[in-house]
Amino acid sequence: MSVPQYRKAAAVALVAGLGLSLTACSTKSDDKGSNAGGKVTITVDCQPVGAQKELLKNWNDDVAEFQKQNPDITIKSVSVGEQCNNPPDFTARLAGGTVTDVFYGYMTDLQQVLDSGQAMDISPHVNKDAISTWDSVDPALKEVFTDGGKLYAVPVKNYSMGLVYNKALFQQAGLDVNNPPKTWAEVRAAAKKISALGNGIAGYSEYSAGNTGGWHFTSLLYSQGGQVLTEDGKKADFNNAMGKQVLQNLKDMRYGDNSMGARQLLQWGDLLTNAGAGKVGMFIGAPDATQAIVSQFQGKFQDWAMAPLPGQDSAAKGTLGGGEGYFFKKDLTPEQVKAGLKWIAYQKLTPGKGQFDYARAKPQNYPVGLPQPLLFANGSDAQKQELELRKANANVDTTNFALFEATPVPIKGEPRNAQAVYAVLDGAMSGVLTNPNSNIDALLKTAEEKVNQLLAAES
Amino acid sequence: MAITTVPETPRKPGRPPSPYSARPQRTSLGRKVRDNLTGHAFLIGAVLCFVVFSWYPMIRGIVMSFQRTRRGETTWVGWDNYSRIIADPSFWTAWQNTFYFTVLALALGYVVPFFVAILLNEFRHAKGYLRILVYLPVMLPPASALFLFKFYAYDPSEAGLFNAILKALHLPTSQWMQSPEMTMPAMVVASTWMNMGGAVLIYLASLQNIPGELYEAAELDGAGIWRRIVHVTIPQTRLILALLAMLQIVATMQLFIEPLILANGAGAEDSATSVAYLIYQHGFFQNDLNGAAALGVIMLVVLAGFSAVYVRLTAKQD
Repeated sequence: MSVPQYRKAAAVALVAGLGLSLTACSTKSDDKGSNAGGKVTITVDCQPVGAQKELLKNWNDDVAEFQKQNPDITIKSVSVGEQCNNPPDFTARLAGGTVTDVFYGYMTDLQQVLDSGQAMDISPHVNKDAISTWDSVDPALKEVFTDGGKLYAVPVKNYSMGLVYNKALFQQAGLDVNNPPKTWAEVRAAAKKISALGNGIAGYSEYSAGNTGGWHFTSLLYSQGGQVLTEDGKKADFNNAMGKQVLQNLKDMRYGDNSMGARQLLQWGDLLTNAGAGKVGMFIGAPDATQAIVSQFQGKFQDWAMAPLPGQDSAAKGTLGGGEGYFFKKDLTPEQVKAGLKWIAYQKLTPGKGQFDYARAKPQNYPVGLPQPLLFANGSDAQKQELELRKANANVDTTNFALFEATPVPIKGEPRNAQAVYAVLDGAMSGVLTNPNSNIDALLKTAEEKVNQLLAAES
Repeated sequence: MAITTVPETPRKPGRPPSPYSARPQRTSLGRKVRDNLTGHAFLIGAVLCFVVFSWYPMIRGIVMSFQRTRRGETTWVGWDNYSRIIADPSFWTAWQNTFYFTVLALALGYVVPFFVAILLNEFRHAKGYLRILVYLPVMLPPASALFLFKFYAYDPSEAGLFNAILKALHLPTSQWMQSPEMTMPAMVVASTWMNMGGAVLIYLASLQNIPGELYEAAELDGAGIWRRIVHVTIPQTRLILALLAMLQIVATMQLFIEPLILANGAGAEDSATSVAYLIYQHGFFQNDLNGAAALGVIMLVVLAGFSAVYVRLTAKQD
């Protein structure tokens, strides 16, 4: 080959290579998930990550068993992180159109998913034939994933918040572990006693960063009987006596009693790290907070118990509820939707299988006996089965959660555009927790203006 | 008809025609490409990379800033995203915080490395080791360095490094990142410590290019250290000083990782909210990619403005 020919060939190869690699990056599969043999393939996210060895094994076993029972369906599992939904990643995947066929989302994500145009109306497909326990699923949860009469996701977990407290620290501080605080005045008194133990222990701990401050403000406001937005969801509704009381309680504990520890601006993992290290007496959270303390932050189950959310002067008037579900990506074939529903029914909605396989979880020390996932309606057949199984296989002391379960507080869902509203309310929470001279009225007024502006822009 | 031929004028001997004075021959684009096929192939690779990873996202961002996506439907909304973003109370807080950080970073992060470089340049022994010591923090991943500051140095309890030092000196301790007043200075200190090594090395290289005779002459004229710095060092390094000032402004205005790690985002009473963090907040937490794009374009225009000023200033100096 002469030199010019060689150079020409090299150049053509280089351009072709680059072109191919770029094409490869942007190639979208034209595989519609089914082939001539009638086989259906679906991609599903939220596969446990490699570090969660037992959970991953359980998931893979479930996939294998499901495929054995359904030889015409292939499940392709995708891991998207330990929490399944980290807001920045989730937003990027939605915007980039790279969500899996069946994808995990929080109850607060519905609007975002709809805006992205990635979700499919699954109302025509979801019924008792597709999911045998569908009629037992709490209708309120189905409603959360419904918009304009159309269902966009299948709920698979639900939670409500209460007061999580450290029994070991209660005992050390001379408090009665069987009689946890019921009002904020009692929380304040107990927090003082616990923080008096010294050694950097916070009697009560609270979030104020990474949108978690706003999330907890909302729950605390619900406990007062308040709401974050007006009924029509168009205006902020927290700049009032109840909102002020929420912040005043925290300010009094932080700077009046000095019972909340020195470190503030905490977000999810920060507080639970301190709790796992035995440095937190009380905080508000869902039952699975104790699970995270044990599995991720080296705490012990026997140390933690739960009580209902405290009220201002008597029982709480409400508590925040939330949860998660699975959406279906637009443009799936009816066969793929059917296959996806079958998989969710198997892994998430059948007592004795998947997330309800308590007999398998018990020896693995994966907690059984927590008052979650609160998925089935009271008195429904599936609930009865699930409760029996849970009771028979419990490996955590259910008496630690008995008070929380026995004293239900009315559950109220998260506000519209929750994450954006929470981000604004972080400012009010961080204000009272980091500035002894903070002006609560001004903090609430600023937050109100910001939320109203945000809602106006959204409408 | 008689045909007359004009004899060709003989060229003047001796001087060859200048290649610059000759009229350039016209060559077609296709011919140019064919003549340098390999070179153009490599060029296409580079251009494609820029197109795909830099220019397209930038143009896409600008386009998105004039659009709104709802229910999968994208519509043109003109300047609506811009007016919405500018009306957001956090917009001005973020710019105020960002400019404050930039000014502090110029005062500290720009001046300190220059004097450290002068100091290092004066050492006769162990220069290499000292340079390594100064450069070491640059090798630490920024997230690790910031976590060190967050949990070790800026711990608001008395166990924190800085508070322990203050206490030992019988000075009042600080809440560091939890105090709205201290947020920015604390972030600048951490940022300067992390990034100083690179600037010091550039200054050092520039200082070592200054002819020693200039200093000798200045000394003979009776100039002390300070006058030597003012009259020799600074004028001789002015281009590097201007370049680093520009880079410092552009880099510090994109303040992001420091608020994200040191202040868990917005910080105490929004005292750490920077423009870049606000873009992130809008885009990834508020489901407002169009608003984030508009804010990104505003930032691009501001930074381009600074760059234009720099180009103009350095052009005049040259």
